[in-house]
Amino acid sequence: MVTLNHYLILSAILFAIGTAGVFVRRNLITILLSIEIMLNAVNLTFVAFGRALGSADGQIIVFFVMTVAAAEAAVGLAIVISLFRHKESLNPDSFASLKW
Amino acid sequence: MGSEALAFYAFGAVAIAASLLVIAQRNPIYSVLLLIASFGALSGLYVLLDAPFVAVIQIIVYAGAIMVLFLFVVMLLNAPHEETEYDERVHPLLRPGPMRFGACLALVLAIELWWALARGVDTGAFPGGAVTSVAVIGRSLFTDYAFAFEVTSILILVAMVGAVVLARRDDPRERRKPGER
Amino acid sequence: MTTLLITQIVLTLVVFQGLLLSAAAMVWVERRLAALLQQRLGPIRVGWQGLLQPFADVIKLMFKEELRPGSADPLLFALAPIISATAAFAAFAVVPFGASTTFFGLLDKPLLLQVADVNVAVLVIFAIASMGVYGIVLAGWSSNSKYSLLGGLRSSAQMISYELSYGLALASVLLIGNSMSLTELVNGQAGVWFGFIPKWFVFLQPLGFFIFMTAGIAETNRAPFDFPEAEQELVAGYHTEYSSMSFAMFFLAEYINMVTVSAVATDLYLGGWHGPFLPESLGWIWFLIKVGAILFFYVWMRWTLPRYRYDQLMAFGWKVLLPLSMINLLVTAAGVLYFGL
Repeated sequence: MVTLNHYLILSAILFAIGTAGVFVRRNLITILLSIEIMLNAVNLTFVAFGRALGSADGQIIVFFVMTVAAAEAAVGLAIVISLFRHKESLNPDSFASLKW
Repeated sequence: MGSEALAFYAFGAVAIAASLLVIAQRNPIYSVLLLIASFGALSGLYVLLDAPFVAVIQIIVYAGAIMVLFLFVVMLLNAPHEETEYDERVHPLLRPGPMRFGACLALVLAIELWWALARGVDTGAFPGGAVTSVAVIGRSLFTDYAFAFEVTSILILVAMVGAVVLARRDDPRERRKPGER
Repeated sequence: MTTLLITQIVLTLVVFQGLLLSAAAMVWVERRLAALLQQRLGPIRVGWQGLLQPFADVIKLMFKEELRPGSADPLLFALAPIISATAAFAAFAVVPFGASTTFFGLLDKPLLLQVADVNVAVLVIFAIASMGVYGIVLAGWSSNSKYSLLGGLRSSAQMISYELSYGLALASVLLIGNSMSLTELVNGQAGVWFGFIPKWFVFLQPLGFFIFMTAGIAETNRAPFDFPEAEQELVAGYHTEYSSMSFAMFFLAEYINMVTVSAVATDLYLGGWHGPFLPESLGWIWFLIKVGAILFFYVWMRWTLPRYRYDQLMAFGWKVLLPLSMINLLVTAAGVLYFGL
């Protein structure tokens, strides 16, 4: 029997993986991908709750999250491209010159 | 085990395994492809949750548009491998600064998860009467959520202009002629 | 239950075989038609009128050596043609090609001539079409050759640009048909206006049909939009480094994609299996005729029109086709609202 709990746990695991990816990896593109994993984990929660409550709102919010994710990916990748042009590197540590 | 539970565990396992491999890969092009596999599994889970519209949109928007964009950028930059410095070789917990923090955070999340698992209330089976009709979703989207919908369209426009401005070369003299390399 | 299951399996196998055969037939038709348009004979030696030529080609390809460039990415290089072929086959699964029939009373329940009836079929086709781009992009990238890479990059840009117009043209039809199920859309086109004009959506959506076909040709990378494999500039584009059966899979995918686009266009705009003279149960004959007509048009286009330039292609997609499809969608929406179609 698959219950709401199962979906919530799965979503939590995915979210944890995404969080770990953002902090552990040193590649801008992988970090953006990890953010997508986190967004998807949240989407799964929305759809699962929507199903449990018998309402369409969960699916509609997923629609908005996807729109925001698309905008985020476009701007994020544009930033990555312009950063790469400056330093020929994708390591976020090489863009630390504003720190001090 | 029913066929639904079997499908849930299969899709869930694929989603988790693929996501783990995404962050474990050195080569970003493999990361992108594994993430597509993960999104495919999530799309299957949405079908199990009686949300076929979200499942299809997931494939069209995520796998068909956003991930192609990622793949495009990875191919364009052609910097496949991460620089392996000393901190790539040591355990994440021993690395300096944000990485140690991130590893700790992931650890805390895992502990919290365990805690929640131990105390979870049984929510029982899903009730009947799921909203599967696209018409219902569309009606709600264009009435109750009309304002949010319009705002997201402006957001997309802003993002589009922003992406063009950011990715363009600043100095017109530096701009290469087409065909020149 | 078991009879239904068996018929479903048989139907799936029949569709699969039919697609393979249609690809083979298209190879023959294309070569003979090209020869006709160029005033030569084309393949006539193998079998009657060269009909066995495609099979000879397949046997030749099977026995060729499978080559892989030394610097290619082995996993992705092997995966790319599989993705292409799978996506091509999968898209046809939701395309209905005939009214439900009992095969002259052979079955106790009428069977819908469609592998899978999904209520969001139109979106599924769109989703699978958008997955097909990965095969080409990965082939281009993993070959590690500059022609392949350029072909892959060009095709990804081209397919993403034309997918927008493709999707907007589909949306206009959905507005008129008031459904996302292809079967319901086809059934909405039954009957005639004024006693002689068939109620096909192409008469309500002439601009939409034009946009759909243009975007469809661009999506399937056929001339005059065949940039990913523009011979004069890119040798063979994304499949330059492929040989033997991996090449055959790309080839197969291209022809099956053409068949799928034609079948979807028939279902959406040309009334599917509805037509005069034939009973509903034999509607699939009409369906085949209409698909054949569109495929003929495809081949005719290829051997008549010269290739665009790449910047012309992108300018056409973004500055002409996309605004046109948006206007088409707005006018359609206004019309549906006003006339309550």
